[in-house]
Amino acid sequence: MIYNFPYIAVVGLIIIGLYAVVFRRNLIKIVIGITLIESGVNLFLITLAFREDSIAPIFTGISEQTADKAPEIMSLPVPHALTLTSIVIGVAVLALMLSFIIHIYRHYKTLDARKLGGDDQ
Amino acid sequence: MMDYLLTHAPALIIAVPLLGAFLTPLISRINDKLRNIFVILTLGLTTFLVFLLANDVFTNGIRTYVFGHAGDITLPIVRILFEIDGLNAFMAIIGCLLPLIAVIYSWSFIKENTGLDKYYTLILLMTAGMLGMMLTGDMFNFFVFLEITSISSAALVAFWTNKGKASVAAFKYIVISAIGALFVLFAVAILYGQYNALNMAVLANNMSYSFLDKIALVLLIAALAMKSGIVPMHMWLPDAYGRAPSSISIILIGTTQASLYGVLRVCFTLYGSNLTTQINQIGELLISPAVLIAILLIVLALATILVGVLMALKQTDLKRMIGYAAVAEIGFMVLAIGAAISTFQTNAQTGITTMSTTGMVALKGGIFHIINDALDIGLLFLVAGAIYYATKETSLNKLGGLARNMKYTTVLFLIGLFAVSGMPPMNGFASKLLIYESTYQINPILSIVAILSSILLLAVFVKVFHSVFLGPQQSSFKKVKEVPISMLIAMGAIACIIIIFGIFPDLILTNIVNPAAQALASNTPYITSVLGGI
Repeated sequence: MIYNFPYIAVVGLIIIGLYAVVFRRNLIKIVIGITLIESGVNLFLITLAFREDSIAPIFTGISEQTADKAPEIMSLPVPHALTLTSIVIGVAVLALMLSFIIHIYRHYKTLDARKLGGDDQ
Repeated sequence: MMDYLLTHAPALIIAVPLLGAFLTPLISRINDKLRNIFVILTLGLTTFLVFLLANDVFTNGIRTYVFGHAGDITLPIVRILFEIDGLNAFMAIIGCLLPLIAVIYSWSFIKENTGLDKYYTLILLMTAGMLGMMLTGDMFNFFVFLEITSISSAALVAFWTNKGKASVAAFKYIVISAIGALFVLFAVAILYGQYNALNMAVLANNMSYSFLDKIALVLLIAALAMKSGIVPMHMWLPDAYGRAPSSISIILIGTTQASLYGVLRVCFTLYGSNLTTQINQIGELLISPAVLIAILLIVLALATILVGVLMALKQTDLKRMIGYAAVAEIGFMVLAIGAAISTFQTNAQTGITTMSTTGMVALKGGIFHIINDALDIGLLFLVAGAIYYATKETSLNKLGGLARNMKYTTVLFLIGLFAVSGMPPMNGFASKLLIYESTYQINPILSIVAILSSILLLAVFVKVFHSVFLGPQQSSFKKVKEVPISMLIAMGAIACIIIIFGIFPDLILTNIVNPAAQALASNTPYITSVLGGI
């Protein structure tokens, strides 16, 4: 049961994030929602890598006796690499979104999505 | 030398525009003209490599490229792997032609703007990302290239930030892209958690179609459909297409189609035969997932076609109108793909999954329409850009009588008009006829809606032609001149391709479209070319 908590947290984070994106009107809060979804997905990747009683996948840090069975006792390294990549990409997306918000605020003097209106109105 | 180039073409196709992107700001400091020539040469080289690779793939079959490894592939595959079959090569042709035409067009179109070093850098980055999506054989890699494409194209949509609406459109676009990409990553993580693999061929080989796989399938299709602008997630598309500079709109078509390619790859290759051998039970009804997905895609496609066309009818802004027409055109492709999936069936004895002849015709029509849509809608966007360049106006209510001043542009618009509404002898007719023919055999209603929408599209653009080019000369447009030569070359090149495709559709169908359709018809060659030797 205790090992399922991270997955529950993942679902919780993604649902809260989606709620913020869909129902919040403030542009900054929409961006916060997206970062919440991103955290949820990253947490999911990290959780996938974890195995019971596993150690960090660093070969130089382990003693010689355990080196032979290292693949069994180490957590999976690939999801860690994926998560790092995803975090870096996330930062770029976040910076870009915030810079758009700065431009929008300069033009419309508001961050309320309702007041921006679509092109069809 | 040629062999060496060919062996490393998959890596070079990504590396050339990527390195070019980072050299562009440096060269830009020397001279603006030099930078433009450099960008055109970079994309020209990429196009050459793509054609070299495509030619080889169409004649000799699938080609794989393993990064950082020369020998045989060993399991488990932890390396990044590019796998190019007919469909990848077909998409890559679109993905390199559109940016090349766009930069030639940009030479004079965007000349008076500032920040052009960033503009060209982003175009090259976007090209690298788009081609990466189209060539990669690795699910996580697909996500990374998806994000590279999204970030650079969102920044380009907002290129004219002095107009507030461009920023709003770009914000919408990046929100949709970011959420879509995150759900793709979530689905990739689900697949990785089960099969301990990220490679598409390995995943397709091990696919057991468990409950988690179904969730991943839904997430992948929903996220990629959102990125390719299918109703009800289309609202960002006319905004982004309409507010971006015209030269960017034409590359954006390529990025949406790269997402559509993702849908194709997931449905046909990744899940492939699992869609027919497994049976879903809904209440009393036994139904195969292939039929379920086909029904879903066809319903969405019909909605997309109708919404796109009807919304296009009421627009008064030229570029938004073309944006909605682009939505409708995406619907035609998805309709054909859905029709093809619905005829998917597995032979119980041999276990070989095949498509009926009707399905194959539909698939060919859909794939042929992908390249036709890129050319037709692209040409219309470029013409709209030319009108904007000459008059600084995109509102249909204010434009009029331009045929007197802009003869060539008028002719080019006419070609685009006939092509997009599927009139012979343009290319749109060739692919739409295949779609009508095959969908009629599956259900006549589908082809009736499709034909009706084509007629409505014709009505939309005839209205535009009338209000923009015909009528009395307006005093405010008396001094309007024909657009510069570079823009005419770019538009003329597309128009030539459109007419050639329209007159010799058989040539294109047998040489380019057929290998792509064959690649989708069965996923066995895709899997064995990676796992065959193991």
